Amino acid sequence: MKNQALRERLDSLWSFVRQLATDDAYERYLVHHRSLHPKEPPLDRRAFYEREQQHKWSGVKRCC
Amino acid sequence: MKKLLWFLVALIAAGAVAGIALQRGESINALWIVVAAVCIYALGYRFYSAWITARVLSVDATRATPALRLNDGRDFVPTHRWIVFGHHFAAIAGPGPLIGPTLAAQFGYLPGTLWILVGAVFGGCVQDMTILFLSTRRNGRSLGQMARDELGPVGGYAAILATLMIMIILIAVLGLVVVNAMKNSPWATSTVFATIPIAVLIGLYLRNIRPGRVLEGSLIGITLLLLAVAGGGFVSEHPVLSAMFNMGGKSLAWFVIIYGFVAAVLPVWLLLAPRDYLSTFLKLGTVVLLAFAVVLMHPQLKMPALTQFIDGTGPVFGGALFPFVFITIACGAISGFHALVSSGTTPKLIQQESDVRLIGYGSMMLESGVAIMAMIAATLLDPGVYFAINSGPGVVGATLDAAVTTISGWGFPVTAAQMQSLAQQMGETSLLARTGGAPSLAVGMANIFATAFGQGLLAIWYHFAIMFEAVFILTTLDAGTRVGRFMLQDFLGHVWKPMGQTSWYPSVLISSALVVAGWGYFLYIGVVDPNGGINILWPLFGITNQLLAGIALCVATGILIKQGKLRYSWVTAVPLAWLAIVTTTATWEKVVSPDVRVGFLAGADKLAANLAAGTLSPELAAVAPQLIFNQRLDAALAMLLTAMLWVVIADTARVTWRVVKGKPVLPSSEAVAVPGNASTAEVHG
Repeated sequence: MKNQALRERLDSLWSFVRQLATDDAYERYLVHHRSLHPKEPPLDRRAFYEREQQHKWSGVKRCC
Repeated sequence: MKKLLWFLVALIAAGAVAGIALQRGESINALWIVVAAVCIYALGYRFYSAWITARVLSVDATRATPALRLNDGRDFVPTHRWIVFGHHFAAIAGPGPLIGPTLAAQFGYLPGTLWILVGAVFGGCVQDMTILFLSTRRNGRSLGQMARDELGPVGGYAAILATLMIMIILIAVLGLVVVNAMKNSPWATSTVFATIPIAVLIGLYLRNIRPGRVLEGSLIGITLLLLAVAGGGFVSEHPVLSAMFNMGGKSLAWFVIIYGFVAAVLPVWLLLAPRDYLSTFLKLGTVVLLAFAVVLMHPQLKMPALTQFIDGTGPVFGGALFPFVFITIACGAISGFHALVSSGTTPKLIQQESDVRLIGYGSMMLESGVAIMAMIAATLLDPGVYFAINSGPGVVGATLDAAVTTISGWGFPVTAAQMQSLAQQMGETSLLARTGGAPSLAVGMANIFATAFGQGLLAIWYHFAIMFEAVFILTTLDAGTRVGRFMLQDFLGHVWKPMGQTSWYPSVLISSALVVAGWGYFLYIGVVDPNGGINILWPLFGITNQLLAGIALCVATGILIKQGKLRYSWVTAVPLAWLAIVTTTATWEKVVSPDVRVGFLAGADKLAANLAAGTLSPELAAVAPQLIFNQRLDAALAMLLTAMLWVVIADTARVTWRVVKGKPVLPSSEAVAVPGNASTAEVHG
């Protein structure tokens, strides 16, 4: 029982770290895409990554 | 019970500050500063930020944020506040708070420390949080848009021009810091060069091999970076390789300029994005490690509380305590640049209005804490060593013997043997006149790390610190050039349509070349300047950054007054007034001071007189015309910037006057209130 609680804690910490690092961006995109545009095929991992990087770096993202 | 606890915190804060301020004669422990900082941040966050959000901003947790209303899964995404905190902090955290305090340490540890604490709690944190909140209420509009919407076109154009200016000056000065750290150091140069192929490799990994696996890619990249640090040690021992990487300032300046251009036109996934992941992880890791080591080792600070250089004769940069400590430490106390991040990206992620307190105020507190750490790292060095590393050859003399004699004569004893053995310990041939702050910070960090985690690795720790600073300086350089390019393309697009297409290659090449030429010019002049260049460029950067903060505070003050909150408007108006006084005095001195190390015009005139009299060395005479022109240009630039600030202040005063007189003003651009909160919508995280 105790192990399970610890495991859940670790799992939620791991998913927090993944989200912070945007490691899980593609999985989030898929969930979002399927719910909003179920008929269109989603981008593949690589196309999605390229699109997001291009988008991210077109504004002020880093300071002094 | 809780009240008692906070009373106790206040008591400890007061005690620690008094301890720091009143300590005389003997050295003080760094722990005092850490305790004072933690208690002051805690009080500022618990009381001042809570009061501002409740009374001044009237934050409403039941009002739907743009992330909830406009959720598109891409820009507008309601996100858990700690995740937003992490992203926002990563965005505002750059090399600035590490460099400014290091330079300002020439006044002693006290002035800089007090300004970092007071400036952050009453200035920087308030600015960041207020702009974040106002932009959240306006669907994430940028600072420039808010200035235009709320004050009028004057404020809008000033904000855009100031943003472009700050990019140019910031990148030039950061480029200079990296050049000075790599100059004639095969170890540092080869390590920094190696970071480029490493970033490209990780870029390919993250796009082609394992797309988007950021954690994996970064872990591999950081391992490679650490190997590059160790590899640099091998290079510096190797006769052929070390000669190859032993480069002078001018060649390195050209390298940085060409690198900046190439990086700006390459696709982002190849170099910028992977470098940014690496630098973010590296920065977080190093800051945590440094904080841990400082607390663990709690070293004694060897720098006095105040030095004689508060009179303006300091060797690191010319200028008296007032106003120059407030210009030198911009990031870490208040940084206008943060207003650009606080408006735009971050507001679109906020899931509840009340989160602005943690994200806006909290992130800046942490950033200020980084500045405190840098101050500790600079002041735990022997003052003699600190001045030998950070003073330009034009001030203390070009040879080691001349420099140590001058510095010892000031009452900060240091010997040639001491400097030589320190350089040897750090794996360098010389640490003399390595201006710009990065090397002295690296020596300080290496000292702390080596005492905490193993004495034998001083040279490795030193070059690790240099690599760590270089990596995120190059990220800022890269990202800043790109932003400058987009702004220029936008502007040129008004003149000739095709130039406005951000992906049209001729336009990309031309506008990137123009931006790089802009900062490259200042960088190159900085490198050939015998006073070290930092003396000119850093104050100019400080003035620009404070100007941008002034514009942000004008926007905030104007909006508060328009909302009928005149009596609370001092919250942003007092920091604004302070910045206006500081930047105006600094500009005045930088322009008219007869001291050649402070006044641009005096410096230009003296050089011109010496050139005419033929008393300059042949090398200096060759570049003198450029240096003279540059100082006059800098004077004009500083006046232009300060004039812009006053124009925006006058515009805000005009709006205030109309509000008070009951005359019509531009309507509020606030989005219509819609009730809603995170529990009624799908939230990520």
